[in-house]
Order: sequence, then structure tokens, then C-alpha cells
Amino acid sequence: MIGDADRTRAGDLLARLEAAGAARFAPPILLPAGTLLDLYGEDIRARAFVTHDPLRGEAMLRPDFTVPLVQAHMEAGAEPARYCYAGEVFRRQEEDETRPREYLQVGYEAFDADRAAAEAEVLALFLDVLAPWEPRPATGDLGLIRAAVAALDTTGARRAALLRHLWRPARFRRLLDRFAGRAPGPATDRAPNDAPVIGQRTPEEVEARLDALRADAAEPPIDGGQADALLSLLSMRGTMAEALRALPDAESLHARADALAARGLDPATLPFAPAEGRSAMEYYDGFTFTITANDRTVATGGRYDALTAALGGGRTIPAVGGVIRPGLLEGELLA
Amino acid sequence: MIRLGVPSKGRLMADTFDWFGARGLTLRRTGSDREYAGEVEGAEVALVLLSAGEVPRDLAAGRLHLGVTGSDLIRERLGPSAPVHAVAAMGFGHADLVLAVPRFWADCDTTDDLDAVAARFRAAHGHRLRIATKYHRLVRDYLRARGVADYALVDSQGATEGTVANGTAEAIADITSTGATLEANHLKMLSDGPIHASQATLWRSDAAPWTDAERAEMARLEAMLAG
Repeated sequence: MIGDADRTRAGDLLARLEAAGAARFAPPILLPAGTLLDLYGEDIRARAFVTHDPLRGEAMLRPDFTVPLVQAHMEAGAEPARYCYAGEVFRRQEEDETRPREYLQVGYEAFDADRAAAEAEVLALFLDVLAPWEPRPATGDLGLIRAAVAALDTTGARRAALLRHLWRPARFRRLLDRFAGRAPGPATDRAPNDAPVIGQRTPEEVEARLDALRADAAEPPIDGGQADALLSLLSMRGTMAEALRALPDAESLHARADALAARGLDPATLPFAPAEGRSAMEYYDGFTFTITANDRTVATGGRYDALTAALGGGRTIPAVGGVIRPGLLEGELLA
Repeated sequence: MIRLGVPSKGRLMADTFDWFGARGLTLRRTGSDREYAGEVEGAEVALVLLSAGEVPRDLAAGRLHLGVTGSDLIRERLGPSAPVHAVAAMGFGHADLVLAVPRFWADCDTTDDLDAVAARFRAAHGHRLRIATKYHRLVRDYLRARGVADYALVDSQGATEGTVANGTAEAIADITSTGATLEANHLKMLSDGPIHASQATLWRSDAAPWTDAERAEMARLEAMLAG
């Protein structure tokens, strides 16, 4: 249950974000389900309340603000832009009786081509408005992992398979082990049969995949050193300063660290782990952050350029943002 | 009095009566063949005859103290934190929830294959690979745990094996005991195990209002049923 104190706190936080120069965004609570289902797939049904309207088809109780915001911006917006919002989101819970089904989110999103500056702006703004609760930031960068996969000396099909499962750590690891020759691949001795053809998939598609499996089996494994370098990047955990020393050529990492430092976030103490936020929702693809206060994660965010591409009908706009959970903050904002 | 829910029809009811009978508890229907009424001899238990599909809900709501139904229905309808736990696996009503694909898919024998096929299918056809089922939660949890992406579940409450030939799905997930219906519909099951191996099970509700007398009777019953 959302209390009056939570609503007051959400209103105060929203006012701070608006004062920082953001336009207010207020989407409906009941959203058409098609876009969200297409984007997230079946997983979203486990996490969101899906309902049925006899005339408009499937609808969903707003599971987040980001998707409707990106849609609205891609339709009408001119960049750069800043948006803020506050309101209820709804999440189904299949496992844990005690988790809330309905809670408030307060968010801020920046559409801006200057990536490093916008990322530092969002994190610094959140830390500023959360200052009364002694917030502790942690940062990550899924872009580093994507770049490391893209640089693997192997086939495009293998790189694409790894990138597709970037957000599913166990499946990603199995694929990497297979491509590095550390685990057996799928059987390649299978041949087409003459069973009746039913459904939309065609015999040509079956043969094309059998060919692809044979071609892949003939490829040399990914070099063990490269695979290990990727794995160590995935498990790297330390400070931003340590990462800068370990990755002297990561330009965007260095640019972001400079932008963060300019806003008073010292690389020597800022926690950094590339894979931070990796198994959150499937849309962060670059910088990520979490903010904890009193041992609770009270805010999360990150870059989601790929989401704007998926919703932009061919266009893409660099976008970064995050949300605060006012219901997890105790006490009022200090005056 | 302890309320025991038992499937009201067919083989499952007969097997359930036999199972209790072998443990010294006689269950029988009363009135006409069409009347859903029954009684229990040898214990302070009221017999409730109902659809197997309604047993999970009535256990969770505490309207039944005990109930007999398949573990597939309990796992599908109730979450892991539901106030229901198994008293005894009854050893009949065996059926596996399996994933099945067209037999001519020579390249697809495992969930790993299915994931790769789904990626290519979505790219070629512009929509996700559709899996017809009525076991949405069990199938979704299974595929998520195995990292399968680019699929969508479509609801099918019956004749699920026919959905592929009818063009409303590319694959199915359904209960099978012998595989004969899959075979007849030109489907094959994936080889890496069933999603869930179900059997008839006696369940106890923690949500039901257990009085001291009912608890004492239950302790006596448990000793009988274990014997």
C-alpha cells in the first residue's frame, strides 16, 4: 500500500527534478500491451499485470515509464530533451508474497548526444536529491562487455549469439564455453527427414540451420586468452580508478570518468563493475548505476540507446535515465 | 470435520478410492451415479467430489483440508509460497509436461536448439516463435531458467497437439503419458527431460481452519496412510 508520506516524498522529489530543467511526463496507467510484449517477450507476462479489453485487445498496467516515454519522445520529440515523472508502477509477483505489487517510481530521463555528460548529469542529480538519505552509488558499463564481444576473433554468428544473451548470464556462459571449445556443441550428424511439414517454419529453414551448425562446427574455437579476458571483464569489481588503469583504451569509460569527476565523483572511491545491472531488465546497453541507502537499493538507472532504436522505427537517440523508489526512503526531505 | 477433496470423475477418482481403500479408508459415492456426493468410512472425514482443476484453488483458500490432484495443476495454479504441501505421492496418474516440435525439424532436439531456432524464426518471420499451452507458468519458468528467448506462449485449453498443423503455433507444451497423440500429430518431444513429471498427490492445506479435533484425526490418518 502506498502511504501518504510516500506520495508527499514522491512529489518533493519530482519538484526537484523539474527544477533541474526536466519537462513533466504523465502517461496513462493502462497501456496497450503489444509494444511491451514485443520488446520484452514472455518474461514481461510474469512481471506485469496483463488484462484484456474486448475492443482494444491486450492491455497492461504500466510496468515502467521508460517505454511509453521513449515512444512519446520518438514520435514527437526534438533532442536534446529532459523528462521527469512520478507515479504508480505495477508488478506481478509469482514468487514472493511480501513484495509490493504497486509502488511509486520517480524518474528522470535525458535524451542527449553528449553521452558522458548526460550520464554524469543523471547520476549526480540523483545523488543530489537523495543526499538526505546518505546515498551510496555503484556503477557499471555493459557497453564495455558488448565491445569485448564485438572484438572477439570469431564469426559474426557467434558474436551475435553472445550479444543476444548478454542479459542472461548462465546462457551467455554456456555459449562462450561452447564457442571456446570448452563444452560440446550441438550434434551435427542430423539429417532432414520426410515427416509431414506442419506449421510456419519451412524445410528450407531446417536445412539452413543444419548447414549453419556444420559450418560452425568447422570453425576454430575462440582463443582461450580472449575468452578468459571476456570472463575477467565480466567478473571485474573495484573502483573506477582501477578500471581506468586496467582499460587505458576504453574511451567512453575515460570520458565518463572525467564528466563524473567534474561533478565531484572521485574515481578513486566510486565503485565500478562492468556487469553491474546486467540481469536487470533487458534494455540497459551501456552505463548503469545503482544507488543504495540504508542497505536498500533505492534507485537504478542506465543507458538504453538500443531501446530507442527498437521503438524509433529506424531512428535512434542516445538516452540515459533512472528511477527512484520513494517508498523505500524513510523520513521527509530536509528543507 | 476434515474436508477431503477428490476428483469427481473417471480413472483418477477410481484410483484415488483404491489408494485410500488399500490403506484402510473406504471412500464411496452416495446417491445416484450423477450426484456429486460421497462418504468416508473409517475416519472423521467429509468427502467432497469436485473437478481436479478446482482442488488447488480450494486448498489455497482453505475450503478443503486435504485434496487429491496432479502436481502439475498445483505447480501451475499456485505459487511456491502457497500454503499447501504434499502429504503423499500416490503413484498413479503419471504424466509428463513436455515441449514438442514438428518431427520434420531435424535440427531441433533440445531446448538449446529451440532457443537458436526461435532466434532465426523471429528474424525470418517477424514474430516470436509461438508455443501453445495451458501451463503458462510452468513453461515460462522452465524456459527462463534455461535462457530461451524470442518465444511467445499462446493459450490453448484443449486439442493442443493440433495447433501446429492448424497454423496457430510452431511448437507446443502439453501433458503426455505415452506420446501417442504427439506422434499422431507429427510432433516429437525435446530430449532434455520433461518440464514437469506429474503424478496424483495428496495435499494438505495450511490455510484451512484446523481445530484440535481435526489435527488429532489428521495425525491418526497420517499413520494409516503411511502404512
